[in-house]
Amino acid sequence: MPDVSDFILKLQRRRIEGSHATARQTAELLRSVVSQTRMPYTNQAAALLDAVRAVGEQLIAANPVELAVGNIVRRVLHIIREEDLSSSAVSFEGLMISEKSDDEDDADHKGGPVLSAAAVAAAARSTLRPRSLQTLLEDGPLPAAPSKSSSAGDSEGKSKSDKSAVGKRLKHSVIEAINLLIEEIDDCYEDISEQAVEHIHQNEVILTLGRSKTVKEFLYAAKQKNRSFRVFVAEGAPRYQGHVLAKELIQKGLETTVITDSAIFAMISRVNMVIVGAHAIMANGGVIAPVGMNMLALAAQRHAVPFVVVAGSHKLCPLYPHNPEVLLNELKSPSDLIDFGEFSDCMDFGAHGGAPLMHVVNPTFDYVPPNLVSLFITDTGGHNAAHMYKLIADYYSADYLVIKRKSTSSN
Amino acid sequence: MAQKKGGKTAASDDPEELARTPLQAVLLADTFNLKFRPITLERPKVLLPLVNTPMIDYTLAWLESVGVEEVFLFCCAHAEQVKEYIGNSHWGQSHAGFSITTIESNFSMSAGDALRFIEGKNVIRGDFILITGDTISNMSLTEALQAHKDRRKKDPDTVMTMFVKRSKPMPLTHQTRLGNDEIMMAIDPETKQLLYYEDRFDSSKRAVTLDKSLLADNASLYLRTDLEDCCIDICSPEVLTIFLDNFDYQHLRRHFVKGLLHDDIMGKKIYTHEIDSSYTARVDNYRSYDTISKDIIQRWSFPLVPDVLYAGNRAQMRLQREGIYKAPDVTLSPSVRIGAFTAIGSGTIIGENSSVSNSVIGELCTIGRNVSIDGCYIWDSVTIEDGCRLSHSIVCDGVHLHTGATLEPGVILSFKVEVGQNITVPAYSKVSLLPQPSKQDSDEELEYADTNSGVIDSPSIASISPANIEHDHVSSFDTEQSVLLEGGLSGVGYIWTSCETGNEEEWRYSVAPIPVEKLKEFYAKMFDEDESSSDGEQTGITHSGELISESKSTDFDDSDGEYKGDVSKFEKEVEETFERALGGVAEENVQLEINSLRMSFNVTHAECAGAVFQSVIKSAIIASNSSKSNLLKATIDAIERSKGLLSYFITNVDEEIEVILKFEEMCMEITREFAPIFSSVLHQLYDKEVITEDAILKWESEKADADESDKVFVKQSEAFLKWLKEAPEEDDEDE
Repeated sequence: MPDVSDFILKLQRRRIEGSHATARQTAELLRSVVSQTRMPYTNQAAALLDAVRAVGEQLIAANPVELAVGNIVRRVLHIIREEDLSSSAVSFEGLMISEKSDDEDDADHKGGPVLSAAAVAAAARSTLRPRSLQTLLEDGPLPAAPSKSSSAGDSEGKSKSDKSAVGKRLKHSVIEAINLLIEEIDDCYEDISEQAVEHIHQNEVILTLGRSKTVKEFLYAAKQKNRSFRVFVAEGAPRYQGHVLAKELIQKGLETTVITDSAIFAMISRVNMVIVGAHAIMANGGVIAPVGMNMLALAAQRHAVPFVVVAGSHKLCPLYPHNPEVLLNELKSPSDLIDFGEFSDCMDFGAHGGAPLMHVVNPTFDYVPPNLVSLFITDTGGHNAAHMYKLIADYYSADYLVIKRKSTSSN
Repeated sequence: MAQKKGGKTAASDDPEELARTPLQAVLLADTFNLKFRPITLERPKVLLPLVNTPMIDYTLAWLESVGVEEVFLFCCAHAEQVKEYIGNSHWGQSHAGFSITTIESNFSMSAGDALRFIEGKNVIRGDFILITGDTISNMSLTEALQAHKDRRKKDPDTVMTMFVKRSKPMPLTHQTRLGNDEIMMAIDPETKQLLYYEDRFDSSKRAVTLDKSLLADNASLYLRTDLEDCCIDICSPEVLTIFLDNFDYQHLRRHFVKGLLHDDIMGKKIYTHEIDSSYTARVDNYRSYDTISKDIIQRWSFPLVPDVLYAGNRAQMRLQREGIYKAPDVTLSPSVRIGAFTAIGSGTIIGENSSVSNSVIGELCTIGRNVSIDGCYIWDSVTIEDGCRLSHSIVCDGVHLHTGATLEPGVILSFKVEVGQNITVPAYSKVSLLPQPSKQDSDEELEYADTNSGVIDSPSIASISPANIEHDHVSSFDTEQSVLLEGGLSGVGYIWTSCETGNEEEWRYSVAPIPVEKLKEFYAKMFDEDESSSDGEQTGITHSGELISESKSTDFDDSDGEYKGDVSKFEKEVEETFERALGGVAEENVQLEINSLRMSFNVTHAECAGAVFQSVIKSAIIASNSSKSNLLKATIDAIERSKGLLSYFITNVDEEIEVILKFEEMCMEITREFAPIFSSVLHQLYDKEVITEDAILKWESEKADADESDKVFVKQSEAFLKWLKEAPEEDDEDE
């Protein structure tokens, strides 16, 4: 598929920046993969799963550091599984309204599946997963669906004749669910920034590092609700995205102070709260974030300043970090730090026994251990670091955490 | 076809059309030189691995990333291999908006031929990027491309934008990091137009000759020696036409660029674009192969780094701490020591107690126990047995080193060479299974060195596949000369004698670091040069009024030694001119000549007057045959004869005093025979109105404070002075 190889190339060449854009494009790509997959008569869900896995594996390999790709692939796999289970449930249940559903397939593709997918997804959530506190609270009013499905057991003949219809329905409902996922990714800023007023209070001083769109929207939202507060922006060397953020904040009328990264410790005692964005949140509650974040987190802890991480749910990664400083990091070109032209003469001329004396290291990410994070704010609300694994269990099936190679060979 | 035509005609006038033509690139997959021999006899240079990825992948990846849509890949030597590689790699599959078209020509001997061939194909429709397949870059093109287009719009004579980057050459060896020669460029600081290009510049001479018009036509210009040519150009389609018109152009720089600048063809202009932070380099020789590999490992070329750019079938290398790249399926014994900045390819096995540092090891290599590898580039499927020592060498695919073999720095082992037990391959030797081409060939190549020495595989060699050689020739190796065989049991390969540059220059372009002794030697030499710099500068100066621009022109007046040297030289020149004047040259011409000498030597008027006078006196000596009575008469004659000349140069009191002082000095040092008649000559000068009364009196008063020894001549001419003071009015009446 040309789309896939194109996207892989983009990921490989690091031409897509930011986990939000990556997540969105991955979801869109997988949607087209699903819609292009030919559905066999039997075991349709497996066919879809295989197709998505095959593509997903390549995507993850293309840029293993961009965890959002893997997150979205796993979520799509989870969606397919949910839809499969619930659609078989619905097909039995649907007999009671069979006349209506037959018509739907022919005439009205869109209306029906949306309804079914949305309702069923919620229903399935409660059936497929051990109930966490959260799901209990969220899905309280909806436990009716599964009980119905179990009752409709004796009408298999009818459902067989319906097979092709069910197949289409599965595909459609998966696509619709992916659409919902894309929507969710798009809306994450709004969902998060809605909570801003609860966290930012009058006359507070907020410190942030670098530039995160989520943080920016969060601060905007608080400003819109007429909170007046100051923002300190650490510039975020070596890319200095903090400068860009400062400009943007000023345009919205926020009082902004730019400081160097090295001044963080000096300033932290005046700060009421640290709000930062993240590259990814790991299953243990650890955070992969732009370089310098660990230093900021340690400074915040030293002065007992709350360290708040805002991140959309697409940044929730179901993996546990192992040696994240190395394996989940990327060393970029040293030319961000120093100009090659200026320093080339002191690097090497074949003298000094052949090994250049000057090395420049430019890591992209930092790992902030979970104990330094006071609060996570995602689109579903605020969470403690220790609670992250449960949140993650809501979004991913345990079966698909590892996307194996053998699935591609079968495809 | 109609579409093509539309694009072509519109390209010249309509800017929007211009923007819409797809960006094209001409990639020369052949370097038309022999610097990578003997390796390039068997495999084209662009397919040689650079940190385990063929060079051409870097180039194509860059072209793809800067938005090039059509690439014309020009293959010459080993065209089959290049085509096969492209076909099998992911480049061969269709990408949206990126296509590669292969153009093959077996007759092209140079870049010039290649471009003429491409012009013949009629495929280039707009501005294109000209690049060779061994260039590594991560720079962005947008800005330069826009600038080029803007310039084109303003001035259709713009034909090329050259990319240059800052890189200071090493002061000791006068070469850049990449082992290239120093380049001198003159660039207009405002427009960045390239005005002068010299790629074999030698800054140790400290002098450069520029065309005078260069300075006359440009208000200001930068002379820069700290630039390196990136070998990437944005060209207008006219470039191809120019190559077609000038069929003798072979080399892109040496012929094309210099040709345009020096011959001033049709007023075509070349501009430069300097890049600073991003990385660009071209693998031109073994030294740059080494340097660039290290830069890549240190990630200067990001995102074109080993853990990102990899298209092979095997497991990809991952970056670990300390800049160690390692594929996941590498087998290392626990006692192996891996140093920083090392890459180890997939499937490689390294045995106990071996150590690897600053090296690149390819895929599927087997390395035994107690092996030490330092600064080496080991390609794929190499077998190294126990106890080998390798330092700063290149070891190609399939090489087999038997137990205890040693490679000294700078060794190149081409494909499938075997080195026998306990054999030491001497430094800088090149070993190949293929015999060295005949001497006659190489002589010819030497002449054109790296300009157009052409097709890398002469057909006779190419027809013998390496496999054949192994089977047919191995047995006969015993009878043929092969140094490797002498002590060993199973060595296979010819040692090439270095014919191109000679052994002394071998270190310069080798993978091995520059030997310490060499550096010391250069250091010592530099000190010598510093001491004798004044002489050096004088020899650099020409007489005929050519303009000499000094790299440090302020030095000119700083040091006394230089200054004096200049004056004495000037005097000599004046004397010669004067002698010629006696031979009958018209007086005005002599005046003119002396004047121009004065300017070119930058001496004062007074000094000039002194010199002229000295010449007059000297001519008198020659005329007098050194008898005392004759001397006075001859002097008077000489003064009489050259009165006009003297009065032309001696115009004011200061100059007159200078003349008297000069005369005094001469009497004391060079021409002692004048000492007795000093006062009489002074009188004569006064009579002939060469020197005025004022000057003489001033001279006297100046001398009043001087030492007794200095006053000899004042005393001698006391009577004359007295007479002068007493009878001023008479004087006036005389006149």
